[in-house]
Amino acid sequence: MAADPAHMNGADPQRLRWKYLDKILSRPGPFTDPDWEPGEAVIEGLSRAKIFGAGGLGCEILKNLALSGFKDIHVIDMDTIDVSNLNRQFLFRHADVGKYKADVAARFVEKRVKGVKITPYCGKIQDKDDDYYMQFAMVVCGLDSIEARRWINATLVGLFNEEDPDSLKPLIDGGTEGFKGQARVVFPTMTSCIECQLDMHAPRAAVPLCTLATIPRQPQHCIEWAHIIAWEEERKDITLDTDDPEHITWLFQKALKRAQEFNISGVTYSMTQGVVKNIIPAIASTNAIVAASCCNEAFKLATNSNPFLGIPETDNYMMYTGDESVYTYTFQHMKKPDCPVCGNLAKNLEVDSKSTLQEFIDSLAERPEAQLKKPTIRTEAKSLYYQSPPALEEQTRPNLSKTLSELVSDGEEVAIQDPAFQIAFKFKLVFKK
Amino acid sequence: MTGTTPPILHGPTSKEKKYDRQLRLWAASGQAALEESHILLINSGPGVVGVETLKNLVLPGIGNFTILDSTIVSEEDLGVNFFLEEEQLGGFRAEHTCNLLKELNPDVQGSYITEPIESFILKADALKPYTLILVTAPIAQELLSKLSANAETAAIPTFYIHCTGFYSHFSIHLPPAFPIVDTHPDPETTTDLRLLAPWPELSQYTAEKTKGLTEMNHHDHGHVPYLCLLLYYLEEWKKTHDGKVPQNYKEKTAFRQTVAQGARSDNAEGGEENYDEAVAAVLKSLNPAEVKSSVKEVFNAPECKLLTADSPDFWLIANAIWTFYVAHDALPLPGSVPDMKAQSADYVQLQNVYKSKARSDLAEVLQRVRELEKKLGRTKAAEEKEVELFCKNAAHIKLVRGRPFHVVQSGKGVKWEDRAKAAVQGLTNPDSLILIYIAFLAFDIFTSTHSADALGGAAKIPGEIDAEADTEKVTGIAFKIIDDLIKEAGTVVEDPDYSEAKSKAGEFVQEIVRAGGAELHNIAALTGGLVSQEVIKAITKQYVPVDNTCIFDGVRSKTSVLRF
Ligand SMILES: [Zn+2]
Repeated sequence: MAADPAHMNGADPQRLRWKYLDKILSRPGPFTDPDWEPGEAVIEGLSRAKIFGAGGLGCEILKNLALSGFKDIHVIDMDTIDVSNLNRQFLFRHADVGKYKADVAARFVEKRVKGVKITPYCGKIQDKDDDYYMQFAMVVCGLDSIEARRWINATLVGLFNEEDPDSLKPLIDGGTEGFKGQARVVFPTMTSCIECQLDMHAPRAAVPLCTLATIPRQPQHCIEWAHIIAWEEERKDITLDTDDPEHITWLFQKALKRAQEFNISGVTYSMTQGVVKNIIPAIASTNAIVAASCCNEAFKLATNSNPFLGIPETDNYMMYTGDESVYTYTFQHMKKPDCPVCGNLAKNLEVDSKSTLQEFIDSLAERPEAQLKKPTIRTEAKSLYYQSPPALEEQTRPNLSKTLSELVSDGEEVAIQDPAFQIAFKFKLVFKK
Repeated sequence: MTGTTPPILHGPTSKEKKYDRQLRLWAASGQAALEESHILLINSGPGVVGVETLKNLVLPGIGNFTILDSTIVSEEDLGVNFFLEEEQLGGFRAEHTCNLLKELNPDVQGSYITEPIESFILKADALKPYTLILVTAPIAQELLSKLSANAETAAIPTFYIHCTGFYSHFSIHLPPAFPIVDTHPDPETTTDLRLLAPWPELSQYTAEKTKGLTEMNHHDHGHVPYLCLLLYYLEEWKKTHDGKVPQNYKEKTAFRQTVAQGARSDNAEGGEENYDEAVAAVLKSLNPAEVKSSVKEVFNAPECKLLTADSPDFWLIANAIWTFYVAHDALPLPGSVPDMKAQSADYVQLQNVYKSKARSDLAEVLQRVRELEKKLGRTKAAEEKEVELFCKNAAHIKLVRGRPFHVVQSGKGVKWEDRAKAAVQGLTNPDSLILIYIAFLAFDIFTSTHSADALGGAAKIPGEIDAEADTEKVTGIAFKIIDDLIKEAGTVVEDPDYSEAKSKAGEFVQEIVRAGGAELHNIAALTGGLVSQEVIKAITKQYVPVDNTCIFDGVRSKTSVLRF
């Protein structure tokens, strides 16, 4: 019988606790690299790896990483605990409502899993600079907002420097919606990034304002009317707080009244909340599946104990659907040469030459390949529109009513900046024939 | 004017607040079913997957759970199970996991049993209090067999779960007839507009809204609901096509062109949204209504054809809908209309045309149900609400035929029966994970035929001590399962496929044995997520459950669902 380090480790009382984990880390498998040397070095490496986690899947991610043998975990979350988190974020109790998630979660997991160090920061991921992210071996994110995802993705792509192999920070990203979700691994600049995959997560089309204002047909139209139009007209001086029950009640009753005027049925308090806060259904089971899938990839990546998603030229994306039986689709998403973040070519954007710059700007928010809400646009030669500072905004405002054909030539490249991202997006405006 | 907002009359209750994000998926009816449930977990091995499953059930608020586990908490539990603490070393694992799980949700009752499964299962009615049973491997196969038989007699859904190293699988044994009405199909696929068979009220509505279409002013023309546009142009088309609607793809494209040509571009917007919607809907809404094979399966089921005084309401309603279908060559109309460009009043009126038809269809089905009840001499009438839900979802109902999962009997081998042919095909299909499943079956046979101390005591887990030697033994068992399967299917698998299947099976066995019975927390957490999701489906009778085996490959991050 070959020497079995897992068996020998039984003598070390400290490692007794990790008996199960050490079985895997001390034995080669049929799919491990022939050069991989299991044992002490792998176990050491895992406990030294500094890892970063964030997002709505944070509870699951912290638990999983701690029980995967990671010892130095950093976590960022700006949110405080809400009662509606308690149906899935299992580190929080009723008495914790209102406290910072990152703090409560870190303390809980440190207490439960002895020997793990969790460093929380209660704030935005955007508060931290390149030096901060440079310290980690990898980043595991289960962020709720697409904007935060794009930000961390662009930051990690920007960090990579060919001269320094340590600057390559794998990004493992998970997201859920109801019974559906996905887990993906990005090797910045080497494999398809979050921005390359942006059009797979198209935003929901907004209802045209004229429908809300004049011809509502659905209960949601009445709620959006109350939210966007009635509030502005009647309660302009009060900042809408979607967590304030009084505000939601006001919107609900406005919407209900409008619905009655138009004979539309179906407006409820719960629907009002859902529309106004853009609530996405979330359940413990899907969160568990997606977060564990992310942490499984992180564990394999940190230990080489088996092949992981994201190795160039192999699968990097697992799509999960659980409402009709169980279905996963695991595939390789191809890196796009015209990706505004990791590619170097400008992306073609088909536009109507007769539409105005204002219309073009409005469309950028909804176009699946752009999704930019506050764009500042310039060509190589001139500034087309600046969101800020006010002086520049005023100066470029007249361009808004001009048509695109007056401002740019067919196929001209424009750079678009948005305060949500630290990079400029390059697009080539191609006129629709 | 702002005034003061009146008191929150329709505000959510505290329970609605806590469960808001899930009530949007399974509604109050699903939540009520969860709250009435009592789940039994029969735990063993490292015992993580079972506890992680319960975590995802306690959080959304099942009524009650019980953990049966006679294991004592040891050091290695603390490195893999999140619901145990250092101070609990030496205590009962059932007790402490139960208590820490209970902390997650004060509305859930939890209890534990430390009695060994061997004696527990002998008691009469031992399983009676439970709605659903979760059994985790390793478990002696004769106990599993007894348990499975008892659960079947009591019609309690039972899950058998295996989680080792980077692999897991679970099999679900549902009752022999498990019908689901509320399948939550994708809204995109549920629109049923009946454009090829408009009823008089719809035709009349269309005639009204399209009267003088070509002479309308721009505003009115741009607000004719697209559905009326399609019906209008269909009538025009029929005039020049022997009274027939477009028959094939070519004709449909030509028809689409006709519709597109009707759009105006000399208006302020330079086009018309309602026409765009009509053009986009041509290909998908001009297909004759076909009933899905899964729905036909319900109609053709013996339970549907041969009603008795004790038939569950589901079958009574299914029979009524079937006779409705035979009489009208269509299912009851669901009655919903997608949003479309239209004046508010026109749209509401259109909704009412559909709703009225749906209501009259429902009334007819209800009458058929009542007649059946009378004929069968039933004392309790089916609830109208249930008949209504059935009518709404008639095109998407689903029947799962539950069947027992494999329990390996020493010396008897694995029986595949009517699934043998499909299973053999899986052997050479790279997307099927059946070879991992076979590796798990081989694992079970190994543990049921080897004891740790060679005295017939505790089962020996392959790879616990000597991975190499055990790999060889388990691989031999797996090869025999493959050969027996091919034989049972009455077929042959030619080389190189045969050798390739065997060499892959050998690799999967090696990977399983490598773990030596260890659970990896991530794989247990992920599998616990999958299992809890399926438990929720089985209890709420909403969404479509796995039928009947799901396998997860954590090396390649893939799942596969197979029916055995
Ligand atoms: Zn990219």
